[in-house]
Amino acid sequence: MSSEAKKVFIVGATSAIAKETARVYARRGCDLYLVARNENQLKSLTDDLKVRGASRVSFSVADLNHFNQHAQLVGQAAEFLQGLDIALICHGSLPDQQASEKSFELAQHEINTNGLSVISMLTELAEVFINQRQGTIAVITSVAGDRGRQSNYVYGSAKAMVSTYLQGLRGRLLPFNVHVVDIRPGFVDSPMTARFKKGPLWSSPIKIAGIIVKSIERKRHTVYAPFYWGIIMFAVRIIPEFLFKRIKF
Amino acid sequence: MEIHGWGRYPTVNADIDEPVDALSLSQLLQVQDQQQPAIPRGAGRSYGDSALAERVISSRFLDHFVKFDDAAGEIVCASGVTLEQILQISVPKGWFLPVVPGTRFVTVGGAIASDVHGKNHHLDGCFSEFVKSIGVMLASGETVQCSHTRQKNLFRATCGGMGLTGVILQATLKLSRIESAFIKQTALPAANLDEIFTLFEENAHSKYSVAWLDCLAKGKNLGRSLLYLGEHATDNNLELQDSFSVSVPFHSPGFLLNKYSIGVFNSGYFNLNKRGNGDKQLHYENYFFPLDRIHHWNRLYGRKGFLQYQFVIPTETAKEGISSVLREVSNKGKGSFLTVLKKMGQQNKNFLSFPLDGYTLALDFKYEQSLLPLLDRLDEIVLAHDGKFYLAKDARMNEQTFKQAYPEWEKFMKVRNQVDPDDRFTSLQARRLGLVSAPNGDRHVQ
Repeated sequence: MSSEAKKVFIVGATSAIAKETARVYARRGCDLYLVARNENQLKSLTDDLKVRGASRVSFSVADLNHFNQHAQLVGQAAEFLQGLDIALICHGSLPDQQASEKSFELAQHEINTNGLSVISMLTELAEVFINQRQGTIAVITSVAGDRGRQSNYVYGSAKAMVSTYLQGLRGRLLPFNVHVVDIRPGFVDSPMTARFKKGPLWSSPIKIAGIIVKSIERKRHTVYAPFYWGIIMFAVRIIPEFLFKRIKF
Repeated sequence: MEIHGWGRYPTVNADIDEPVDALSLSQLLQVQDQQQPAIPRGAGRSYGDSALAERVISSRFLDHFVKFDDAAGEIVCASGVTLEQILQISVPKGWFLPVVPGTRFVTVGGAIASDVHGKNHHLDGCFSEFVKSIGVMLASGETVQCSHTRQKNLFRATCGGMGLTGVILQATLKLSRIESAFIKQTALPAANLDEIFTLFEENAHSKYSVAWLDCLAKGKNLGRSLLYLGEHATDNNLELQDSFSVSVPFHSPGFLLNKYSIGVFNSGYFNLNKRGNGDKQLHYENYFFPLDRIHHWNRLYGRKGFLQYQFVIPTETAKEGISSVLREVSNKGKGSFLTVLKKMGQQNKNFLSFPLDGYTLALDFKYEQSLLPLLDRLDEIVLAHDGKFYLAKDARMNEQTFKQAYPEWEKFMKVRNQVDPDDRFTSLQARRLGLVSAPNGDRHVQ
């Protein structure tokens, strides 16, 4: 596979990280199929990728919380690309923690977006990849899934669900020569986090995109992006619970 | 968040908005109704305070290409696309940007708003000469297409208008044909100011020309310099270069740059190169953008930053004016680490564009309090020689000086009053120079 990969399917394609990753593949002359909610942004990304060197690009507009459309979306992508070398799942939302801890309806919506919709998509993708017996599925989860922090546990638990699911899926797909990558970015300076105060731990979407492409090529399993988040999250995980429950971060 | 221009002086604590498309920008302008005015900002590569305000609209995510017609040599892109990104796509297909400034890390929007010039200004003019059309979102949220022939006044106010007419959303640029990614360079030494002016006039037909000047040389050596001429090579090698670059990781202690170290560097550099290293072929990146190889080179001037001082004086009085400026700088013992002299061509019709038929000199000085009186003195000299100052470098000029140097400011304000009557787009620079209806507001600047 590696650099010969030519057929790239990206879900949540207009997110900042997805957009930059798509541009890396476009420069390599890949074919791309994109899915996202905003039609205008998809159209302009399609034009952009063509100028940057992609050979064929097409897209579908979809709200990924309509799980029943997922099979069709995957089918359209596989048909347009004539098979899939790489599937990258990037969509998500950053919930308002305080609002969603008081309203189950809101929490459910966020868990649907960040957790269940990914699992639904993975279910459909697994079928295609098993049949073609090659390829890589990469999913953007989050360092927030490593431990439930009181400031962010609705989002964190949805991401943790996906990460755990991916561990099992990786084993299941191994005999079929299909690889699964779990990418866990830390703080990313994107429109989603526009209102946050930025510090030295923040990375640009371009940097994360570079890590994603490399991790897919090198068949990594779980990737902290950038690497130092692996060290930070190790430290966060070993804090004893009696202390951790008192930390408000 | 604290932001600053490339010179790192001044700084301001700003709220930053990062619209991702025209729709989110227009929504932003609508809610901005009850908020502070804002200034559009590209890569933050202008030196002073022209892209600074308490609220900025960043074009960071307005960075998509729309279309590249590689038969006609025309590219359409959003304003946050950088010149580097364009060159990476266009050069392998045999197209080059007709005008490039000294760094390729500027955005298209920034290049238009500052109406930047390059080493070929004496022949080809400014960046805006090759802008076929632009889409500008006005304060009302309406997007207007303008060009050299359509909505002419808005176009002339927006090119060189420092972001004060609205947010440039998209531009169509004309490219020029090249046969090679390389530039044939010729270096010619000049022992003093007379010689360098003669060399510039003799080589006025040369496509690119720029001179490096030793600003601390005195007396008979005043103005000693090296003229670098360039022509596009024709060897059919259109390959991009794997750019090697280093980064300055932190602020160097400001005292490292002083008149002694600058003197040693400048005379050393001159003596090393004075025999002329003849003809040499350089990749376009190395010819046009040598400083781009050192990321964050602005940190070399220390934490307080630096000021660039660039002016242009009409040809008739240029030599006299520039030698007065150099003598003044040299007498005050203030060294400029990098001093650049260049012959410019005809002035265009934009109200606030900088270049005019004459010679421009750019100096950079480490920021210190004692520098400001010297620069005020230099302003007087330049004005006395009918010169003007580059707004993209300015951080301290006063309103009176500006209005004397830019007599067309009133025409500019006429357009501005039509498209932005409520001062929705305002920068620290605009307030300082009196380019707003309510200048010198009570907003705090750090």
